[in-house]
Amino acid sequence: MTRTLRLTFAIVAAVTLAAALLYTSFAGSAEARQPSQMAGAQVGQDYRLTGIVVPGTFARKGDAISFRVKDRKGGASVPVVYSGQVPDAFREGREVIVTVQKDGERYQGEADSLITKCPSKFDDGKSGDAQSMEWRDGSDKVVEGK
Amino acid sequence: MDLLGRGLLVLALLVSAYGAVASIVGARRLQQAGGPAVDDGSLNTHGSAFVRSGRRAIYLVALMTTACFVLVEIAFIRTDLTFDVVASHSSATTPLGYRMAAPWSSQEGSLLLWVWLLSLWSSLVVRLAGRRMADVVPWAQAVLLGLSLFFLLLLVFYSSPFRLSSPVPLQGEGLNPLLQYPSMMIHPPMLYSGYTLFAIPFAFAVGALIAGHVGSDWIRHTRRYALGAWLLLGIGIVLGSRWSYAELGWGGYWGWDAVENASLMPWILGTAFIHSVMIQEKRGMLRTWNVSLILATGILCILGTFIVRSGIISSIHAFGSSTVGWQFLTLLGIMTAGSIGLVTWRRGLLRSEHRIDSLLSREAIFLAGNVVLVLLVLVILWGTFFPLLSDLMTGKQRPWASSTWGWWVGPLALALVGLMGLGPLAAWRKTTKAQAWRQMRAPLAVAVLVLIGGVVVGGGGRVDVVLALLLGGFVLGAVGQELVRGTRSRHISTGEAYPVALPRLVGRNRRRYGGYLVHAGFAVLVLAVAASSAFKDTHRVHAQVGDRFKVGGYELRYEGAIGDYRLRDQRIEKLIIGATMGVYRDGKRIQTIRPTREFFPSLNTADGPVGRYFNGEAATEVALDAGLTRDLWVAMQPDGDALVSVYQALDDKLKGTEAPFARGAELAIGLTQVYGQRPAPVTFQVIVSPLVTWIWIGSIFMALGALLAIWPAPDLQARRVRAKQKARIARDLGRAQESPS
Repeated sequence: MTRTLRLTFAIVAAVTLAAALLYTSFAGSAEARQPSQMAGAQVGQDYRLTGIVVPGTFARKGDAISFRVKDRKGGASVPVVYSGQVPDAFREGREVIVTVQKDGERYQGEADSLITKCPSKFDDGKSGDAQSMEWRDGSDKVVEGK
Repeated sequence: MDLLGRGLLVLALLVSAYGAVASIVGARRLQQAGGPAVDDGSLNTHGSAFVRSGRRAIYLVALMTTACFVLVEIAFIRTDLTFDVVASHSSATTPLGYRMAAPWSSQEGSLLLWVWLLSLWSSLVVRLAGRRMADVVPWAQAVLLGLSLFFLLLLVFYSSPFRLSSPVPLQGEGLNPLLQYPSMMIHPPMLYSGYTLFAIPFAFAVGALIAGHVGSDWIRHTRRYALGAWLLLGIGIVLGSRWSYAELGWGGYWGWDAVENASLMPWILGTAFIHSVMIQEKRGMLRTWNVSLILATGILCILGTFIVRSGIISSIHAFGSSTVGWQFLTLLGIMTAGSIGLVTWRRGLLRSEHRIDSLLSREAIFLAGNVVLVLLVLVILWGTFFPLLSDLMTGKQRPWASSTWGWWVGPLALALVGLMGLGPLAAWRKTTKAQAWRQMRAPLAVAVLVLIGGVVVGGGGRVDVVLALLLGGFVLGAVGQELVRGTRSRHISTGEAYPVALPRLVGRNRRRYGGYLVHAGFAVLVLAVAASSAFKDTHRVHAQVGDRFKVGGYELRYEGAIGDYRLRDQRIEKLIIGATMGVYRDGKRIQTIRPTREFFPSLNTADGPVGRYFNGEAATEVALDAGLTRDLWVAMQPDGDALVSVYQALDDKLKGTEAPFARGAELAIGLTQVYGQRPAPVTFQVIVSPLVTWIWIGSIFMALGALLAIWPAPDLQARRVRAKQKARIARDLGRAQESPS
């Protein structure tokens, strides 16, 4: 194989691969949106909804859970119904990512697609009342056998 | 203690800066003087003194960062809440083992661990370098000290582990319960050991380029560090996978998350480097390729840290509000620009001595494997950054779906397995078609047998699994054939019995047979991943005590509830709610399993005196019945509504009473015990997947193979001594011939 032929072959292969990568990247991905961007959502289309679980909106009904998700910054929120594995770190007030489809007024989550921020990287360590007087003198200690 | 820690960090920073400058000055003076006089024991005066000084700076930084690390560990062991990092990541109720591992759950502790490990490896490599590669080592010293300097700058100015709490809390936040898992204690140190060990060949490659000494010396000198980095990074990745599978409650071992990918990319590129350097050592080829691979691997190690720290890509792992993102970006920019500049500058010296003679040669197959590995990295890099790229192109972020990852990575991984089988069968320079056929007959027969066996047990329904069976069998056949042939040759040439000949053959060719063991392990791993992904059987079942249901050939019976608690330091460490289940197969009871969910108290008084014990962090304790053919994986989630209404009622009752939080703990324990007797319905997630255990077994084979390849041969020392003696005798003879008689 001559040098020119090898080079041509390599360039053609590289261009073909790059084109395939670009095509599959768009075809095989769901658009990430925050609740405020869901207004024009289309029925039957997958979206990766990212945002914060609104405190006080979580409810369970049998196998399914429902909650509202709001923008990281801002108040717009959308209702989500989800049935599937719920990560241990899932909490109201925490950031989640869930693949959803529009279903009437609400959004139906895809089973087992709900993920929460990894526990090793939470930056909300100061959310508690570690300085609270309630913990002084070990008032929450348990006397065994009592 | 905080003052001592801060002082040591500042001193380490100053010493790093000095050491880097001294090493550069020394290297330049040595270059100007034409290099050190190597053999007479007295290194060239001025330049060498600077280089020695730089070397001592490395030792001193290692000493000071070790002291800093010990101080942080002491603070964690003593639960010294005056330290902010301790108050945020540990507590008196955190078990001792996890308190000791808690430092690296924080950003400050992770950065300190990075620089500490880097300084230890740097000390080791310059110590063992002795007087060898005297023109390269000073530049490598400067690079290693420069990296230390960067991390120390972060620790001193942006993220200090010695920052004090203000005010000092009365209780610590505790280590997140999901991280309280044995493998998570060593997962980060393994990853960081891998990253920092890759810094050694990176630094030597830079040194070799600057010094213009681009032969194979720097590769030989750093080969074991690269292998060590590959081994430890690989162990770290597998431990993280295992944790995800057994602890995170979703039943998967890899999610293609940006942070997971960040550790996989340097490992894959490191794999390519470890293979392609053999071609340079054997045939003097691929110099530009090799130096580029290791420079890119070093850059990817930093890129991984950047992805984790900056939160630039939406990841379940990434720090959301880190303060050290742009600093890492700056370092990445310097490393990338510097690497491209150096390779371009030295392109003349990096020309290969030979060319590939035939496509049917070992070097051609190695190169093809390298191309596949690099393609894998490019695909993963593209997929990881695609949300950002698509945002730039269309204004919309589009993360890849998991099927897209499988579409690209699956075929490339299978191609790699095929090439792994072919590599050992081909000869260097050229293999004739007749030779190739002779070599491939037996491995192909093994491949067909493995395929038939796999199809018979039900693995024939998917193309990817069929290909994994065929190619995996081919690799195992190739490795087996090499072992059989080698042992037979040794038996014939030495007369040793086969059981003696085999270990001696392996012991004397550790690098080669260690590599084969890695190949066999990887083939097993790919096969297990393909089978466990293709034939995973997942069910969600809503059940009450007494219910029974069937999943993947098992019958599960929900026999009773668990309501328990654990105390530590007289405080509730966790409440445990779970299920006792009987596992039946063919009507016969084979196992009792107890999936549980553990609730750790929150420190938020707004959660209520009783509610705070249920509203803190929670962790699923998966019941896992792992077997060689398939795993039964069960997680449970209690319907919390009944519990919530009871503890809310209790909290309401406690309102206005004296010391409600003193009674809260006892009521929470009581409520848990009541749950054990009168449980609410439960949702079970049950997964039956085949061959998952073989992922871990394959990984262990790979680790053992890498260890075998790293371990020095027992007669290596003796050979070195003999070589030195021979060299001395040759020199003496030469002098005797030159001297007038």
